[in-house]
Amino acid sequence: MGQTATDSSSQITRNNTLSPVWMVEITPAAGCIDRLANEIAADAAELQLAEMLNIQTARGFLLQGDFVCEQVVAIAKKLFAEPVVESIRVYLVSDGADNTAGFMPSDEPATVHVFPKPGVTDSQAGTALRELRALGYAIEGLRTCRKYFIQGLADKALRQLATRLLSNDAIEQVVYGRLHIQTLQHQGTSQFQLVRIPLRSAENSELERISREGGLSLTLIEMQTIRDHFVELKRDPTDIELETVAQTWSEHCSHKTLAGRIAYRDEQGVRIFDNMLRETIFAATQTIRTELGDDDWCVSVFRDNAGIVDFDGDNCLTFKVETHNRPSAIEPYGGANTGIGGVIRDTLGTGLGARPICNTDVFCFAEPTSSMESLPPGVLHPRRIMKSVVAGVRDYGNRMGIPTVNGAVYFDSRYVGNPLVFCGSVGLLPRQYAFKQPQAGDYIVTIGGRTGRDGIHGATFSSAELTEHSEVTSGGAVQIGNAITEKMVLDVLLQARDRGLFTAVTDCGAGGFSSAVGEMGETIGAVVWLDRAPLKYDGLSYTEVWISEAQERMVFAVPHDKWDEFNALCESESVEATIIGQFEATGHLHLMFNDETVGTVAMSFLHDGRPKVVRNAVWNAGPLSTSKPDTTNVKKIDLNKSLQRILSSGNVASKHWIIRQYDHEVLAGSVIKPLVGVLNDGPSDAAVIRPVLTSNRGAAISCGMNPYFGDIDPWHMATSSIDEAVRNCVAVGANPSRIAILDNFCWGYTDRPETLGSLVRAALACQELAIQLKTPFISGKDSLNNEFSYTDDAGNRQTISIPSTLLISALGQVDDITKCVTMDLKSAGNSLFLVGLTHNELGGSHFHLVNSLAGGEVPKVDGPLASRTFYQMHRAINLRLVRACHDLSEGGLATAVAEMAFAGGFGAEIDLAKVVVVGQSNDRTPEQLRHIRLFSESNTRFICEVTPENRAAFVECLEGISIAEIGKVTNNEVFRCFDSSGDAIKATNAELKHAWQSPLDWT
Amino acid sequence: MQSKVKVLVLRSPGTNCDAETALAFQQAGATTEFVHINRLLESPQLIDEYQIMCFPGGFSYGDDIGAGRILASQVGHFLFQTVSSFRDAGKLVLGICNGFQVLIKTGLLVPPDESGFPVTLTWNDSGRYTCRWVTLRSANNNCVFLRDIDLLYLPVAHAEGRFVTRDEKALARLIDGKCVALRYVNPDGSNGTVPFPANPNGSDNNIAGICDSTGHVFGLMPHPERHMHPTQHPRWTREGLAETADGFKLFQNAVAHFA
Repeated sequence: MGQTATDSSSQITRNNTLSPVWMVEITPAAGCIDRLANEIAADAAELQLAEMLNIQTARGFLLQGDFVCEQVVAIAKKLFAEPVVESIRVYLVSDGADNTAGFMPSDEPATVHVFPKPGVTDSQAGTALRELRALGYAIEGLRTCRKYFIQGLADKALRQLATRLLSNDAIEQVVYGRLHIQTLQHQGTSQFQLVRIPLRSAENSELERISREGGLSLTLIEMQTIRDHFVELKRDPTDIELETVAQTWSEHCSHKTLAGRIAYRDEQGVRIFDNMLRETIFAATQTIRTELGDDDWCVSVFRDNAGIVDFDGDNCLTFKVETHNRPSAIEPYGGANTGIGGVIRDTLGTGLGARPICNTDVFCFAEPTSSMESLPPGVLHPRRIMKSVVAGVRDYGNRMGIPTVNGAVYFDSRYVGNPLVFCGSVGLLPRQYAFKQPQAGDYIVTIGGRTGRDGIHGATFSSAELTEHSEVTSGGAVQIGNAITEKMVLDVLLQARDRGLFTAVTDCGAGGFSSAVGEMGETIGAVVWLDRAPLKYDGLSYTEVWISEAQERMVFAVPHDKWDEFNALCESESVEATIIGQFEATGHLHLMFNDETVGTVAMSFLHDGRPKVVRNAVWNAGPLSTSKPDTTNVKKIDLNKSLQRILSSGNVASKHWIIRQYDHEVLAGSVIKPLVGVLNDGPSDAAVIRPVLTSNRGAAISCGMNPYFGDIDPWHMATSSIDEAVRNCVAVGANPSRIAILDNFCWGYTDRPETLGSLVRAALACQELAIQLKTPFISGKDSLNNEFSYTDDAGNRQTISIPSTLLISALGQVDDITKCVTMDLKSAGNSLFLVGLTHNELGGSHFHLVNSLAGGEVPKVDGPLASRTFYQMHRAINLRLVRACHDLSEGGLATAVAEMAFAGGFGAEIDLAKVVVVGQSNDRTPEQLRHIRLFSESNTRFICEVTPENRAAFVECLEGISIAEIGKVTNNEVFRCFDSSGDAIKATNAELKHAWQSPLDWT
Repeated sequence: MQSKVKVLVLRSPGTNCDAETALAFQQAGATTEFVHINRLLESPQLIDEYQIMCFPGGFSYGDDIGAGRILASQVGHFLFQTVSSFRDAGKLVLGICNGFQVLIKTGLLVPPDESGFPVTLTWNDSGRYTCRWVTLRSANNNCVFLRDIDLLYLPVAHAEGRFVTRDEKALARLIDGKCVALRYVNPDGSNGTVPFPANPNGSDNNIAGICDSTGHVFGLMPHPERHMHPTQHPRWTREGLAETADGFKLFQNAVAHFA
């Protein structure tokens, strides 16, 4: 083990006048369990890094100041340690120290220190530093670290453990052995130097080089367009001008692929889109709004940071779901952390600022049980990604005080290099604040977090393909959030809004100030004084200030006469507000640094100058979509085992390990929780909350996603996802005439015509079904080029594309929450009705998945029938005729009824003969018929529990819809499905519940 | 009619249960005002206008370093006398979740002895944040907030809620001093052995809430403000809508104390 500690980043200066640097090391007290150590040991075994790891952990605080040991001990007791359960050690780590003054760690066991890299948010250090200064300590610097003491591991294994499990190179640095740190200050200065890029003379290869080396992610034709623009202007661009264009034109900010020109060819011929999204998804909403006429309840769609719909006349609801995939692949904790932080800022930046009322999250990972050897180089283990992503969402959402109420997790090995992280946020917005308009003359004001080098090139990075080297090259694009800074911003933002202190607000997301100011000032023009932006540390160039994606910043347009009050309000809650520019009616973006112009870009070029490229898209029905079901060996399938394996499959299995780590009760509006039933542990179809605590009006939140169907046909994946999201909402009591939906397309490399074609096909399907169901799309976000490339052991280049993944999120409304229903069975003797038609649709089903079968028909949606079904189901629920209701999705009828039974603590008996299968044909064996009845995943179906008294009324309510009374609720806690040949399934609730709860019951 | 009982709901960076806590007090008949910790540090005498002071839940200062640690440091260093005098004037102090952590770490609830603080709230046995509903039983002591309350059904939502005493002696002193106010019990109301998840964090002696010797200062980990409406009960769709929700009585007791 090396004895020399290197702290490469904090520039060590040998200077004898420096104050000493002290280490405060806090360990669990004797007799107290080292929980972190236990968790690491378990993970190390799980990841095959070390068996029976002997490890101890400590929290470390490094303090620089003119203190003696006793003072540091006093500080530690006062602020850092909990003496009832923790022990403290204090010693010097700086040069010339008298180490006898404190405890000196021995060289054995091996010591590993993990520090946040400089510039990475260390909220603990910041908070501790401020508090110690407030208490009157003359402290010069403070950093935190984690310490690990490890015994009996060879050097190589130790380093592997440290890099794979104990730290993440993207944001942290590891120091082995004894620490030796001279100072905690880091020095960085930059000399102002205006940089011009010789673009006018550049040939194609040079243009490509400039884009690549600058990390601009601009295509050749875009570079040529920029060059030509500056040729016209008779000058070369400065670096900041080129960056501004790159940020604005990035896929992440402009959606140039999907909102661009596409020539699409399918079996019906060729169709040319001028703006594909506008002509499909947006067009559906326009059609619905026109049909609704005076009853139109959409307020603002596809224009603000979130979609806005009417809620109760006085208030609107806003909804936005974002993806944060690339950052989460490299640093899952920070990626998820800033993903949820970012989408909450979207809510804050909608209209004049909405109040966030709940969050959602949906994740896609490779199987957490994957072996280490099966992973391609350069990827993190999916189990580690999943744990870190969940922790990232948890720590941000919980700290913000926003309940996380709905979500889902999907597993597929193709997400191994590209996990997907979808974060959603719903907001409550008084109607009068739904629109904003900055005025020429308004100050441009930034509040919240300071600007640092973090997240540089996040917007352009998220538009690029990931490789095994991404972890190394993209470190700057990864950030850690600080939720409390954002909570403080939220607190002052809503007060400032209610006092009318600003005319517009938006968040600093991808592209930082560049995007925020560029968007707000699009129709006006703006001057920005970049040297005035408050910085985390010195040394940033003007371009870095402009494009930094440092978190927790919002940009406001503040009229001159409101500035004093605005600033005073911020100051009163310790929020930093700074004027960094002014909107001016010039039509130009004018960037200045120290009174010198560093860039001037016409807003028109920025927003409309992008070259109109026509992309080719083609859809060919793949082999899967026409194949006959594989019927070999079907007779041998054990149905009881199939059901248990479906319940145990990652997508279906209980997510309580995740759900309980999220605060889903804060804000006190919960009506239908994510877990329901007699023991509060059954899977709810959707969450219902009360946005306004003095009213009984509710909001329902649900989602739908079917990547397996997309492997067969993206059209039916899209319609199935919409149907699933909507029926989940309807199942808990939402009114189908007031359900808004969102789209999130996550696709592979869309420059490939087939890949883009499958996306266009999905979008066309979305358009058709949304109109049929009258469910307007109100917002959306896409993430393209989700592919991971690496070189395999044989030296061949390999690429893994994610399955085409469309997430549909639904936001429903409930007129009277006391009419809501849950999915758990309520009492023995009640009837069980199957609502909806069952088809032979096992293609892409979980029954096929767990039995490794291929082929089959993919589930389809009959739009007009689905619409009628939803309205009539709602009528029945609204008349309180339904005691329990559960939608049929992954695993079909058997899975749905099993879940209802063990959630309610009752048994159920199902007579399969009562389940009518549409288009019964004679070549179907009785065995195959059982499979269809039990496990087909046909859409638009529900199981309803109805009391004997309400039976007739329920049947009447659903007149014209195919329903069948298929069974009864029983008292014996046994789930049984039978037909004329006997029991097809018979299992106890305990067995089934165990199968469902155990796979993800992590400790 | 405007109530005479005024409640100071303290806000700090990261407080996030302030709105629903204020609403709970209002529904119990009080008037409430939010006061930011910065205002109270500037003008401690502001507190004199109020009868009840509430430290709501949340993550004050991000719970950086430890839950409630920074706010406790500020209150302990700059406002200890102010809050002590408030209590000595017969007024009430309530700390919920993060507020309980703050009260414990200032020593306002359980004063330090010759060896320092005898109790703390630390990481759950599970090592994780946990959100779930628990059954609680009042210890029938002199805690004003729990008067005439036997069982309560409330949610907990915390990572650092395990109540730990330094040793058996410290625990005995709390019990003898009638400071243990609220305990986790099994769903059927029975006590004795209360395993996880009924005791959601592994607290010593199943302690969920503590009051000071006067019964006027009370802190608890569960959230009474999250059970003020019958539809907040996790099983209302099975068991029907209750007439009142469990948290209500606690706030009503506080307000009624000044009637």
